[in-house]
Amino acid sequence: MRTRDRDEGEAPVASAVDDRKAGELEAALPWYRLMVIARRFEEETERAFRRGKIGGYLHVYSGQEAVAAGFLAELWKDDIFFTAYRDHAHALFRGIPPGEVMAELFGKSAGVARGKGGSMHLFDVRRGFYGGYGIVGGHIPLAAGAAYALRYRGENRICLCFLGDGAMNTGVFHETANMAGLWGAQGLCPLIFIVENNEFAMGTSVARSSAVTDLASRFSAYAIPHERIDGMDFLAVRSAAARVFPEVRASGKPYAFEAVTYRFAGHGAADLFQPYRAKDDVEAAHRRDPIVILERQLRDAGLLDDARVSAIQEEAERLITEAVQFAEQSPPPSPEELHAHIYGEGS
Amino acid sequence: MPELTYRDALRSTLIEEMNRDSSVVLLGEDIGIYQGTFRITAELLARYGPQRVIDTPISEAGFVGAAIGMAMLGLRPVVEMMTWNFSLLAFDQIVNNAAKVRYFSGGQVDVPLVIRGPNGAGVQLSAQHSQSLEATYAHFPGLFVVAPATPADARGLLRTAIRGTDPVIFMEHAALYGTKGEVPNGDFAIPFGVAEIARPGRDVTVVAYSRMVSVSLAAAARLLEEGIEAEVINLRSMRPLDRETIIDSVRRTHRAVVVQEQWRPYGAAAELAATIAEGAFDYLDAPVERVTGADVPMPYARNLEVLALPRDEDIVRAVRRALHREDRDG
Repeated sequence: MRTRDRDEGEAPVASAVDDRKAGELEAALPWYRLMVIARRFEEETERAFRRGKIGGYLHVYSGQEAVAAGFLAELWKDDIFFTAYRDHAHALFRGIPPGEVMAELFGKSAGVARGKGGSMHLFDVRRGFYGGYGIVGGHIPLAAGAAYALRYRGENRICLCFLGDGAMNTGVFHETANMAGLWGAQGLCPLIFIVENNEFAMGTSVARSSAVTDLASRFSAYAIPHERIDGMDFLAVRSAAARVFPEVRASGKPYAFEAVTYRFAGHGAADLFQPYRAKDDVEAAHRRDPIVILERQLRDAGLLDDARVSAIQEEAERLITEAVQFAEQSPPPSPEELHAHIYGEGS
Repeated sequence: MPELTYRDALRSTLIEEMNRDSSVVLLGEDIGIYQGTFRITAELLARYGPQRVIDTPISEAGFVGAAIGMAMLGLRPVVEMMTWNFSLLAFDQIVNNAAKVRYFSGGQVDVPLVIRGPNGAGVQLSAQHSQSLEATYAHFPGLFVVAPATPADARGLLRTAIRGTDPVIFMEHAALYGTKGEVPNGDFAIPFGVAEIARPGRDVTVVAYSRMVSVSLAAAARLLEEGIEAEVINLRSMRPLDRETIIDSVRRTHRAVVVQEQWRPYGAAAELAATIAEGAFDYLDAPVERVTGADVPMPYARNLEVLALPRDEDIVRAVRRALHREDRDG
């Protein structure tokens, strides 16, 4: 094709491609805004943790925003997804008000899970968000069963399962991938595995924990088609999702992505010294900052300029300040909540 | 009332519930083409097809976890655990997801899940296949734990389990599958947390569940020859526990013997003895006696296995001790 002489037919094709690209860029604008809000949100959670407003563990998503944003941008309203404990951005991207997420982290009654789950267990079934789970790998089979249930009832909804690179070394990951392969052969598993490869399982690198570092290829053992994508490029993630989701929706067969990304922050709030990685590596990763990359793409397309960028940053600042105020003002759960929601009301 | 085996009571209840509600699906190892290790699911694959009777790979954590996800999306999965010993491979799924997801989500999901299969010792299955895990599971809030002793219990408790909104640890006993009993027809269901007085008596209360109910009834028949009237309580449900029936009985009889197949330390009998101490201490005329399995991994040799399990004569002697008719050392 490339060596062929130009002909008259090519111009309209090129222009259609340009139109599509322009459309994709324009559609990315609201996601740029959400990514800025999520980054600002995470900065605030780290501050609130140091102030003692947030207890327990805190795992922030900074650096990985393009992964959740790119995939959730293509998820339909009544589709569903599961993830692990690094889940704040997923909640924000799905439309949960920042105040309700912050209130959950503050252990308040206005939190998405009434203050009973905390940072690791964000949950909003009305928005198709089936949680936030704290045991590495433990949520993966739930997502496969949920996908089966959707198909069993003849629905065309799909299910996403976000997981980390570390979770691929749990036994239950392999058990689930195998079952997904089997069920997919019958068109009963509209499940998309999304491995967020941020290079580290806590402090253990992929090279030190996986005998095969091409993580996507590990799905070939279970007859699940797979690909590796650049998890720092929102447009690349979203276009991969836009290409694959309809196939999974139509076929009921699973698919797997390895999104290569990077965790800018420590594993958790207690991971202060990060002896497992060099400062230079972290700095190098910052040059691939997904927000900076998307901003550049949008500026190049003339969709963003200094004024609009600072307007978005100011809005994010305001939203997060309001979220903190909302969380501070929400009362803690009432003592009756201690014994509520252990069993269903009919039990 | 027709007479059914424990096995047929379970199987016919599965059929009735699957006919009634298309959201009931079965998962487990060799439940379909193989017809089920204990034939509880015999011919169900032919009846309901592979989408509803799902033969799984040997992946306990995977298929229990998948069943939890199905339940969260509104199906009513009934998982067959080939034996409860294998559930340890799915322990994280059961205690960290099934038992807790309603709570940590702030009440956003139901988990109408039943996990059923044989618990306890069979015949010469040795150390890894003879364990009794009821107290282990009954420890966790968010789970129901039931242990039917009769065919009627099997039907009544399974129906309640399948129609519920929460995960149920449903512990059958391999030695009971062939036992027969009268089973009510129709929509017969037994609510959780309601014990049954299997045999009334005035001299001593014997609390038991699962296979130990029939062993306790055999002991009661022997005690009658000595003029001792034992009341035998069939717990049916470990969590929730029917404290009222136990305490009320002990307040009448003033003596209690609790029986379990599992090991003594930290077992169900300890919880039952503490319950009796809390609710009937002033009524007791003797310390609560515990009859339990021997505190050893299950041996293979039949003579040793028999020694490791509670027998009716162990219960008879415990009752005599409670009545001060035999020394505690004796």
